[in-house]
Amino acid sequence: MGGDPDPQASVDVAEAVLKGGADIIELGIPFSDPIADGRAVQAAGVRALRSGTKPADVLRIATEVKKARDVPVVVMTYFNPILSRGASAFLDAARRSGVDGVIVPDLPLDEARKFGSAARARGIDSVLLAAPTTGEERMKKIVANTSGFLYLVSVIGVTGAREQLKDSTIRLVKFAKRFTQGKVPLAVGFGISRPEHVRTVIGAGADAAIVGSAIVDRVAAIEGGEDEALGRIEAYVRSLKHATMSP
Amino acid sequence: MPERGRFGRYGGQYVPETLVPAIKELERSYRRFRADDEFRSELAGLLKNYAGRPTPLYFAGNMTKKGRGAKIYLKREDLLHGGAHKINNTLGQGLLAKKMGKTRIIAETGAGQHGVATAMACAALGLESEVYMGTEDVERQKLNVFRMKLLGTEVHPVDAGSRTLKDAINEALRDWVTNLTDTYYLIGSVVGPHPYPIMVRDFQSVIGREIAKQSVSTQGAHPDALVACVGGGSNSMGTFYPFLREKGVRLYGVEAGGTGRDHNAATLSYGRTGVVHGMMTYLLQDEDGQTGQTHSVAAGLDYPGVGPEHSYLKDIKRVSYVTVSDEEAVKAFHALAKEEGILPALESAHAVAYAMKLASSMKPDESVAVTLSGRGDKDVQIIGKRSGLEL
Repeated sequence: MGGDPDPQASVDVAEAVLKGGADIIELGIPFSDPIADGRAVQAAGVRALRSGTKPADVLRIATEVKKARDVPVVVMTYFNPILSRGASAFLDAARRSGVDGVIVPDLPLDEARKFGSAARARGIDSVLLAAPTTGEERMKKIVANTSGFLYLVSVIGVTGAREQLKDSTIRLVKFAKRFTQGKVPLAVGFGISRPEHVRTVIGAGADAAIVGSAIVDRVAAIEGGEDEALGRIEAYVRSLKHATMSP
Repeated sequence: MPERGRFGRYGGQYVPETLVPAIKELERSYRRFRADDEFRSELAGLLKNYAGRPTPLYFAGNMTKKGRGAKIYLKREDLLHGGAHKINNTLGQGLLAKKMGKTRIIAETGAGQHGVATAMACAALGLESEVYMGTEDVERQKLNVFRMKLLGTEVHPVDAGSRTLKDAINEALRDWVTNLTDTYYLIGSVVGPHPYPIMVRDFQSVIGREIAKQSVSTQGAHPDALVACVGGGSNSMGTFYPFLREKGVRLYGVEAGGTGRDHNAATLSYGRTGVVHGMMTYLLQDEDGQTGQTHSVAAGLDYPGVGPEHSYLKDIKRVSYVTVSDEEAVKAFHALAKEEGILPALESAHAVAYAMKLASSMKPDESVAVTLSGRGDKDVQIIGKRSGLEL
């Protein structure tokens, strides 16, 4: 989450995550009403807002991260902070900041068309989400309209680290892979927190695993001592990265 | 309506993908059952025999005399079972949920009136219910929390954000997105993603239909003006909707003016377009799009959003949206109590305050109907505190 606990710390966290081996950075812009998020991300948003973080600050964090290392940075936020600035103005600012993609969880397929083409016109990917409740016909349309990758929500529910992956997640990944194969990379998120989760979804055919809440939880521990917490985050991400390579 | 589920540019379905199939299923079921004779007659029976419809359109003679202007009529939704108009909607949606085979009902509540109405409808229909309520509202509306518990509902206090209605809705949406197979989300106002704003409006339109019928039969004409309070906007939408095409009837929506320009819940008066709770609508927000910290003495009006159809009716200027302050509402509460022997809910007192002002500016052969959306028992402690009365 950008600005949790403050903007400079976010840059440090992103660097630790990259050192651990992450290939893409997902950076959150905090919103007052995050309906798709569970406790961990909600709390991170509260901390970020309390530190006075504005959407423009998060875009600056993106620029800093890209300066340190040339990796794709994807911004995740709800539609209102974007709409508040004006979608075009927001996307222009995002492009200037070097942002590569945008994920908007409350902008499903039917509402995302205009925003998606405005983003793509600026060379920014508009990443759509698919869910366990998404049927075959809709999945085809979502795959056809997403860009960058498909964000597959692994479980029915909100974000948040879970102890175990469900068997249904493996079936879901295989189902989605049928549609994304040869078209767009498949990334699986929500609930993934352990190396064995990563191993399982990659084994089932996913091209990437997205880990949010589990990292945010570790960021929450920063207050004690930053260096130590950053070291733990780096080691944690390294364990996840290893899992992608040893199916 | 140019696009399904839109009122001009407002409305829509801004929800996580997981919920999309669920709201599409809801839309299909609603379309099917609203045309179903058995469903309609079952609901009509419940409204009549369980909720106590029709409610009277009462001529407030003492207030009228005092105002020295138009005749004031009160649409007595406060006399309904549970003490508010909310039961019109909870019976409708509760019955729909049952027909859809859902067994667990969740709801949000601000003042607690929708929570109580949900608890009652669910008990009557044999459904389980759980209600989300902000901790600040739990504190200021204790009586309703107690009532919900007695009616067999589990109340979940929500200690997030501003700890009021908007946060209760956030939490209810999270519950729904997690449990959508067996769970029905019973929204209490004309807010949320399509089809909720239409569905809740339809279930509440019984208010306006009765006003039309009653005023024609007693006065031979429609009222010249209608006044109702607007939080999310369900009682006002239900009051106005049957009159939208009656161009001779002036419509006034009364928002919570709180303590002034920086401290209110008057979304249509001071907000700008945004997206929250699945809908595009006017929204009280800061320059970065974070929803504002709202304030109203009436918990049921303390909400930064508003139903999308209201946003549209404001833009096309069919309805005038005005504000009444905390203090004016409290004054109207006392006035109605002393003049007519009726304790209105603080929410409804906003409408009463504006109706009194409006009636004074109108001619004696004209009439104003004001919707008394609920009764004020739940607010006596707040009123007592403000007036220095020991209870």
